[in-house]
Amino acid sequence: MSPETALWVALVGPFVGMGLVGLLGRWPDLRETASLVVAGGVFATVAMVLLPAVQAGGRPRLDLVEVVPGLALAFELEPLGMLFALVASGLWIVTTLYAVGYMRGHDEKNQTRFFMCFALAIFGALGVAFAANVFTLFVFYEAITLSTYPLVTHHGTEAARRAGRTYLGILMGTSVAFLLLAMIWTHALAGTTDFRPGGILAGKADGTLLMVLLGLYAFGTGKAALMPFHRWLPAAMVAPTPVSALLHAVAVVKAGVFTVLKVVVYIFGPELLVETGASGWLVWVAAGTLLLASLVALFQNNLKRRLAYSTISQLAYIVLGAALATEAALRGAGLHIAMHAMGKITLFFCAGAIYVQTHKTEVDELDGLARRMPFTMLAFLLGACSVIGLPPMGGSWSKLYLATGAVASGQSLMMWVFMLSSLLSIGYLMPIVARAFLLPPRNEHGRQNDLLRAPLLVGPPVLTGVGCIALFFGFDVLYQLLEGMFR
Amino acid sequence: MSSGAEVAEAAGLTRHLPVLLVVAPMLAAPLCVLVRRARPAWWVAMLVTVASFVLSCLILQQVIHTGTVNYEVGGWEPPWGIELRIELVNALVLVIVSGISTVVLSTAPVSLPIDVSEDRHYLFYSAFLLCMTGLLGMTSAGDAFNVFVFLEISSLSSYTLIALGPTRRALIASFRYLMMGTVGGTFILLGVGLLYMVTGTLNIDQLGTSLAAVGPNRTVLVALACVVLGASVKLALFPFGIWLPNAYTFAPAMVTAFLAATATKVAYYVLVRFVFRIFGPELAFDQLHLERILMTLALTAMFVASAVAIFQQNVKRMLAYSSLAQIGYMVLGLSLLTVNGFTGGIVHLFNHALMKSGLFLALAAIALRLGSTQLRDLAGIGRQMPWTMAAFVGAGLSLIGVPLTVGFVSKWYLVLGALERGLWPVAVAILLSSLLALVYIWRVVEVAYFQAPAEGAVPVREAPLGLLVPLWLLVGATVFFGIFTGASAGVAEQAAEQLLGGWTP
Repeated sequence: MSPETALWVALVGPFVGMGLVGLLGRWPDLRETASLVVAGGVFATVAMVLLPAVQAGGRPRLDLVEVVPGLALAFELEPLGMLFALVASGLWIVTTLYAVGYMRGHDEKNQTRFFMCFALAIFGALGVAFAANVFTLFVFYEAITLSTYPLVTHHGTEAARRAGRTYLGILMGTSVAFLLLAMIWTHALAGTTDFRPGGILAGKADGTLLMVLLGLYAFGTGKAALMPFHRWLPAAMVAPTPVSALLHAVAVVKAGVFTVLKVVVYIFGPELLVETGASGWLVWVAAGTLLLASLVALFQNNLKRRLAYSTISQLAYIVLGAALATEAALRGAGLHIAMHAMGKITLFFCAGAIYVQTHKTEVDELDGLARRMPFTMLAFLLGACSVIGLPPMGGSWSKLYLATGAVASGQSLMMWVFMLSSLLSIGYLMPIVARAFLLPPRNEHGRQNDLLRAPLLVGPPVLTGVGCIALFFGFDVLYQLLEGMFR
Repeated sequence: MSSGAEVAEAAGLTRHLPVLLVVAPMLAAPLCVLVRRARPAWWVAMLVTVASFVLSCLILQQVIHTGTVNYEVGGWEPPWGIELRIELVNALVLVIVSGISTVVLSTAPVSLPIDVSEDRHYLFYSAFLLCMTGLLGMTSAGDAFNVFVFLEISSLSSYTLIALGPTRRALIASFRYLMMGTVGGTFILLGVGLLYMVTGTLNIDQLGTSLAAVGPNRTVLVALACVVLGASVKLALFPFGIWLPNAYTFAPAMVTAFLAATATKVAYYVLVRFVFRIFGPELAFDQLHLERILMTLALTAMFVASAVAIFQQNVKRMLAYSSLAQIGYMVLGLSLLTVNGFTGGIVHLFNHALMKSGLFLALAAIALRLGSTQLRDLAGIGRQMPWTMAAFVGAGLSLIGVPLTVGFVSKWYLVLGALERGLWPVAVAILLSSLLALVYIWRVVEVAYFQAPAEGAVPVREAPLGLLVPLWLLVGATVFFGIFTGASAGVAEQAAEQLLGGWTP
């Protein structure tokens, strides 16, 4: 398979998957098999055909149609998009397994619609990853928003509807009001919206305009959850947990920070930002979001909400890395997309497993839970360590590079911000583990083996927990891949 | 298409296409009355409408390939005879009017009985054809007086069409429109009279040349004011469009879908034609700064009408207010005075026609099954009429301006035009007002998909294919022309260049 064909296959795959799920809706087992086969096929294509091609310096490209002169639907795969595609398609498989366990274990309704929208959201995420210009990225960015709306409002209750309103209002609102404006403005200035190494805006705009544009991009990408446009993420937690896990810890939010990163690297160009200092203000906004969200997370008693605020804080790491715009910081930001995805999906998987098995949603109800769910809590520990950034977990690498990048750019203060936030994350994650392992249970259930009792629910978090360790030792592949970003 | 052109060529008809386009529906209208029975009358109307759509497409093709088409009716040369003159912009409007007429009329056997009893159908078809005659005539007429004549034909027949609505309030709505419309028409007539007084001609091109020679004097300025005011009433520019919400709400469902996509578009074209071809941009914009007034009114329309739409309890009325707001976009495009901005305005004629007639047809389907278009009655309709509501959402997304739909294309050109002029607050305003569209469309979506039907509500079936197929044709077109924009935005861009003719403010 040539890389171009592979790009087609990987892009169309989830879309076909959606159709299959819809057709097989009456036979749940067949339907889930279809989901799994498609997810596996897409990942295999991405990892086995596209990855080697991009590693070898190839940039597979597809041109579809020119909508308006200078505005084309086109795809081109580069290292950063490769990384995001790898993360999204890989974790899709694990999440599909988990979703089967969760949705059935919890007797959810409308499962066919659920799996269809899920596939559509992954289609959107891959489209964002492969986009060759801002327009294509924008198209798929909106596709993600629209396809995840039915997932957020899945339960159809008044609370779900209200959350859906916040979700759609903020994501669609910011993207139409700011991101679209930024895109058209870019086009008006540079005559194109193509992603090109070194950026396309050099010499086209002065410092103030660059600052405004960067602001429109950063805040227009509501999915990056930069304060004050972060409210949709905690609101989206009303969705079933597999949605929170893959979409609101991986595909949707990472599509947001990916957009910011991609725009910084390929539209503005890191050199231009460093030269003009146009991103100086964004450093402070990101740092503020990072610390505030960590602080808020400390005081959340609802487990999923606490994780959501933790996500907001971790996303700000990536935006901060992008704003610093030094090579080390950008590399760290790119790596953090993968590292945080693996860690945070583990935590959400655990939260969902706990909910299905015990119906507990609050942190202070988790006392002694490790006796009843030892594997789940062990996986939680692994994920938590990775999010905090402790070795030997993948999360330690990205934080190391981010901190190095901060020092390299002369903003040593930001290194302290990173450190402080890591301490805070110990503060909001470790008490959960400590309660589960150290405190006596409220009512005795006896020791149980949760992995054997619900393999589909507990297996995935164990797998991704181990994945966090694997990323520590195997991070060189990702590092080498991201090298290509600067060539 | 090309084989059709060859056939027409062989019959020696190509030259006569423009006049056929106007005469055919005019002659078919009394024929409908003679036929009298509902179904045969529909066939007559349908045949003529399809024919005029084909003719319009042929004319557009001809204009693209060979340039402006002039036709002297009866062989009398202007200034004595009547001239039909079709350039790019009105060729596009002709395609819009005849195309939407075809799609909307094709739903008549299913959707007309909702509002009009069978024994009056032939009257409806005859009024419909007359209205089409008026609109097509107004669009192709090359002299100012005939623009007025055809305007009155279309107006009078549209009052009839609206008055056919199912409730008695349709009569009042129609009467209000009649009052406003007559005032508007009279202003246009006054303007045309004043122009004749100054120049002694009624031919639009000759008016343009003579006026350029005469230069601006007080009579010309008054004429300009009269024409702009009259056209603003007919095109329902805020605040002259207060007749529109009631007229659209109480008219038969089909009529709303037809008028929303055609009548205001033709009036917009009349405004453009008079301003650019008679008065000229130098007078209208360089000296009088008409664009400032138009822009202010357009922006007000975009925000006020959208905001009012959010609070409507009747979905049909909500969409009527949304139309007022969308007309704001078109006028804004004109007032930007750049090729890109003007392209946005012109292409929005086409795009808005597709999405709004789609939305109103979806409402016709809902009215057919539910007997109501009140928002609260729509609870749970998303499950009972999945295809209709999916079409509604599709056209609604286009109204919001989601990429790969026509709404996005319009917005792209408008924002680009605003940025080119350095008017970034206008660019922001365009985008913010599309968020208001998100709010009012999503209100409907939430009720339709998330609310359970009220206690005791009778479950309804999906709409019949006779409505679903035309509806999905329109929704499909909103996506198709959102991706392949050569035939819409491409033509609109050329038309904008032709009208501006290299002139810059």
